[in-house]
This record gives sequence, C-alpha cells and structure tokens, in this order.
Amino acid sequence: MDGVREVLGWLCIVPGAMFCVIGGIGLLRFPEFYSRMHAAGITDTLGAALVLIGLMFQSADWTVAVKLLVILFFLYVTSPTAAHALIHAAYTSGHDPLLADDGPPVQEGDKP
Amino acid sequence: MNAYLAIGLLGILVTMTLALVRATLGPSVYDRILAVNTFGTATVLFISVLGFLTGRPDFLDLALLYALLNFIGTIAILKYFKHGSLAAGED
Repeated sequence: MDGVREVLGWLCIVPGAMFCVIGGIGLLRFPEFYSRMHAAGITDTLGAALVLIGLMFQSADWTVAVKLLVILFFLYVTSPTAAHALIHAAYTSGHDPLLADDGPPVQEGDKP
Repeated sequence: MNAYLAIGLLGILVTMTLALVRATLGPSVYDRILAVNTFGTATVLFISVLGFLTGRPDFLDLALLYALLNFIGTIAILKYFKHGSLAAGED
C-alpha cells in the first residue's frame, strides 16, 4: 500500500513541479503582459493542483487531506478572481495587447 | 527522506526565482503584480511541501493563511493603483 502511494506521489508531485517551472519560464520569457498572464495560469491551476493532490496521497491523517483540499479549493476560487481583476484593471487603464498586426515584439537584445 | 518531495521543492524554488526576476524587470506595474501573485501561489505550495518533507503537516495552516493573504494583497494593490487610495469607492 505504501508503495502504491509513493508511486502516485511521484506521478503527481514531479509533473506538478515541472508545470510550475514551465509557468515560471513562460512568465519570464513571453513578450508582453497578456501572454504572461496565460503562463502564470499554468502555475496557478495545473501546477498547484498536481502538487496538492500528490501531497494528499502522502497524508497519514484524513484531517491533513481535508486541509489540503481546502487549500486547493481556495486557490481555485481566488486565482481566477485575482486574474480577472488584474486583467480588467490593465485593460481599462489603456494597456493594449500586442496583436499579430503590430509586427514582432521588439526585444532589447535584437540587432537589426 | 522522500526524493520526489525534494524534487518538487526544488522545482517550486526555481519558479519562485523566475517570478522574482520578472517582478524586478517589470516593465509595467501589472507585470509586477502578476509576478508577485505567482510568487504567492508558489509560496503556498512551498510551505505545504516543506511541511511534508520535514514531517510536520501542521505547516498547512500557514499555507492556508498565505493563500488568504496573497489574494487580499493582490486585490488591495490593484485597488490602490486604480484609485490612489484604499478607501475610495466606485465613481
């Protein structure tokens, strides 16, 4: 039984951490705010869910699993709310998205 | 010592570092708020995994508190930058 739980922990926590890193890399490398928002969503949803579900397999006590479930539920309610508020504030304050018609984004390191 | 917990901890630490770099670079204030929000989510995961790694699942209460503070903080900063005051209402 412990072996099964360990394998399930591997299968959830390591991909969860991998998705967290992918979200972080996207947050750093994407060209403008709205696409960075998309990358941050990976960390907030898939990364957090996989790590917390993987920890649920490790919990020895059911109260610990319920606490993890509460944290997961809370993250899933608040992350979209915060993301909506952030993107609404950015859009209404005149922060325009970069469209394909505008040409490629200008990077500091690019030489013409 | 569970190896996968250590791997997860390392991945979350890398995510926190990348979010901090984005928060430092900017360029707009919304990029910084987004990066700090991601940093907060990674903090919640970090505290949870650290609690399991050190055999003290009581850390989950702290993680829940950080999740609450992260959300309230993001909304408060957004409101402050929109209205210039935390007490302002809709106009």
